[in-house]
Amino acid sequence: MKDSVESYVTDDGRTIGGVMLDLRNITLRFGGVEAIKDISFNIREGEIRAIIGPNGAGKSSMLNIISGFYKPQEGEVLFDGVARPPMPPYQVARQGIARTFQNIALFEGMSVLDNVMTGRMNHMNASIFSQAMWFGKAQREEVENREAVERIIDFLEIQKIRKTPVSRLPYGLKKRVELARALAAEPRLLLLDEPMAGMNVEEKEDMSRFILDLNDEFGTTIALIEHDMGVVMDLSDRVVVMDYGRKIGDGTPDEVRGNQGVIDAYLGVSHD
Amino acid sequence: MIATAPQEGCETLPKLLARNVLRYPNKPAYREKEFGIWQCWTWSQAATEIEDLACGLADMGLEPGDSVAIIGRNRPALYWAMISAQMCGAIPVPLYQDAVAEEMIYVLDNSHARFVIAGDQEQIDKIHEVQDQIPRVEQMIYHDPRGMRKYGAPNLSDMAKVRAKGREKRAEIWPRLQALQAAKTYDDTCVMLYTSGTTGRPKGVVLSNRNIIETSKNSAEFDNLRSDEDILAYLPMAWVGDFIFSVGQALWTGFCVNCPESAETMQTDLREIGPTYFFAPPRVFENQLTEVMIRMEDASRSKKWLFHYYMAQAKAIGPRLLDGESVGLGDRIKYFLGNLFVYGPLKNTLGLSRVRVGYTAGEAIGPELFSFYRSLGINLKQLYGQTEASVFITQQPDGQVRSDTVGVPSPGVELKMADSGEVFYRSPGVFVEYFNNPESTASTKDADGWVATGDAGFIDPESGHLRIIDRAKDVGKMSDGAMFAPKYIENKLKFFPNILEAVAFGNDRDMCTAFLNIDMTAVGNWAERNNIAYSSYQELAGHPRVLEIMRGHVEDVNVSVATDPMLSGCQVHRFVVLHKQLDPDDGEMTRTQKVRRIVVEKKFSDILTAMYDGKSEIFTETEVTYEDGRKGKIKATLTIVDAAVQPAQKLEAAE
Repeated sequence: MKDSVESYVTDDGRTIGGVMLDLRNITLRFGGVEAIKDISFNIREGEIRAIIGPNGAGKSSMLNIISGFYKPQEGEVLFDGVARPPMPPYQVARQGIARTFQNIALFEGMSVLDNVMTGRMNHMNASIFSQAMWFGKAQREEVENREAVERIIDFLEIQKIRKTPVSRLPYGLKKRVELARALAAEPRLLLLDEPMAGMNVEEKEDMSRFILDLNDEFGTTIALIEHDMGVVMDLSDRVVVMDYGRKIGDGTPDEVRGNQGVIDAYLGVSHD
Repeated sequence: MIATAPQEGCETLPKLLARNVLRYPNKPAYREKEFGIWQCWTWSQAATEIEDLACGLADMGLEPGDSVAIIGRNRPALYWAMISAQMCGAIPVPLYQDAVAEEMIYVLDNSHARFVIAGDQEQIDKIHEVQDQIPRVEQMIYHDPRGMRKYGAPNLSDMAKVRAKGREKRAEIWPRLQALQAAKTYDDTCVMLYTSGTTGRPKGVVLSNRNIIETSKNSAEFDNLRSDEDILAYLPMAWVGDFIFSVGQALWTGFCVNCPESAETMQTDLREIGPTYFFAPPRVFENQLTEVMIRMEDASRSKKWLFHYYMAQAKAIGPRLLDGESVGLGDRIKYFLGNLFVYGPLKNTLGLSRVRVGYTAGEAIGPELFSFYRSLGINLKQLYGQTEASVFITQQPDGQVRSDTVGVPSPGVELKMADSGEVFYRSPGVFVEYFNNPESTASTKDADGWVATGDAGFIDPESGHLRIIDRAKDVGKMSDGAMFAPKYIENKLKFFPNILEAVAFGNDRDMCTAFLNIDMTAVGNWAERNNIAYSSYQELAGHPRVLEIMRGHVEDVNVSVATDPMLSGCQVHRFVVLHKQLDPDDGEMTRTQKVRRIVVEKKFSDILTAMYDGKSEIFTETEVTYEDGRKGKIKATLTIVDAAVQPAQKLEAAE
């Protein structure tokens, strides 16, 4: 059973470690609306974890809780086995969690390189003065961080658009730039909110390849929301299925595929 | 032909490398952009890397006489690997990196490759796929370790590790390799290159050290190439031109070879490097020009005026300045201003500011296109060559450049014309043989060393330059006996920026017809400006207004063809704009982007028949191969367009 906490090796040779992020009995309300009702699941070190569900199921809210943007009214979030007190997103980011957004949130007027550099913010701590003068520590830091960013640019094969303003890029490439920026933070856990929405088949294939590669090469743990079932079933090690704020399934892609509750949710059985 | 004796210490490429290390130890020899920065290796650094790899390869069991296949994009490490292989007495065989797995089987098998050195995972995957069909391949080495972590095959090694091993065992292995190299002579095999195979299977052309080094030396002297030149190595490594420019000439003169970051960034890298010696097929120049013109269309009115005014001046003055003719002061001032406002910045954008010697070859270049670059003050010239000649047969000397000829015989080359019009040559660069193929060797090269080019041409009596008409076997007769030279018409058609590719038919037929491919960039931009919506290549290619434009182009060509008394019968009566682009993956073109006429004729025979049957429409289904090797089908109903023809001057009386 893959729910045990012992690490195991997947068929394709990746090691899945212990629980990294544990969500326990999370409930999230907006006024009188319960967006998430008493959900528990965990994300293990090194795995690709998918969250799926019909529109309005609460998937993005779940991601927002993990990233610290929403504070659940009930339940707790354990990161590395330690309960995480409510904290602002930037502190969550410092813990090693990075994300991309469903609607691309890049700085449109800036170049790809500059956008990706912003992802390194948590790795820079030179003073304002030093940065303004580009002197001493700031200069050293910039060189180091640029190198890290260039490795990501190379990894995602976006050398050609390095100096291009983001506003001039097509949608598929913007998505890739957003991924680059998230990766620049060198996260342990990467949250991807619909990384393939609006892409054509070829772009989806590329993106899937990058997700698998970065999980494999850098050992980054990935939690993703995605609607394309083919992609989800191919990529992920485990899948959480949500519907109307509740968890209706959790397990390997095969287990989930055979789950009656999941089939009902997707085929649209009426909710009473 | 008298065989020239080699210069002492210059008999092989490894020896030239050793000479360069002594002569220019700290001069940049190779550069490659990686992680956004140009990494640089001096001659002595490069030599160390090459020697280490050679020791590593010898340690893995590479024996003298073995073949080493090298596949990947242009990277210093792969150029080095070729020299490393030679140090072990082995023969490097560079392969086209975009070849699909099946094409690779043939070459790997035919060349008897024991070792494969691949650039990255993509190439290794292709070889893995067909491994059981190439039993001779024993060892595989990859350069870029990305994505290779989980490949556990025992015969697969990381180049860095091979090199490290070689470094470790150098003391033991290097003396042995040195002895091996000392024994190598001018007539030993240097490299084996596969012809692109316009007709039939590719053939392995064996080139000796003499071929490569003599050719490099002669051509470097012809253009006065120096050790401070910079070139950009971006053309396929399997192509003989790249081997001569980036390996032969680079080692001979000691200039610097720059490798782009990736194929897509070539234009940016070109601008950053600013090569002084540049080579490109017409296609590259054409794309650049199309891009410039498209951007000018979108520029403000004043900029457009400035551009068109000064370009008109440049056309009148530029070529004369380049050819060293006398130019009046007023014109010189105009050209100076134009250079300040337009030509200088434009050349800079194109990355051609520093070009001292530029060459184009492979295909005929349009006179418009050619004069555009010449008028900017870029010394662009033409050359005519073949793999079998180690590139150079003829080339244009500075100051004698014309768009319709390919120049005078290169140093050391003798030319003669057969009665059939076919061009023959003899030179120190003439290949040794086709590998394992004595019949083909005998039918191409005679006992005296004369080689048939397969091209029909003549020496222009005015200038003494060679003029090529067409492939000798493509020149045919129409059913009324008029001469039919398809390439001649196709080139005229292709000179229009909107037409990417053209294939003409007419041999043994009563009229000439053509297939056309639109240029997606140019026509797409036109569609955008004219608010024409389209969702695919196919839809745009079949758009009535696009067909109308194409008809205009074809009729223009007919007007110009009609003026040539010899070829006026070749006017295009009917044509079809094809629903797909001709593609090497579908076998319709060679990897060097030359049309395979027979394949095209066979594949689209239904369309061809319809054109001659007088139909106005034809429904067709075509199989296409996607980049990953999968196959699919596209269906289309194509319109057959009639074009107006001019009265043929000579034949009119006969009719």
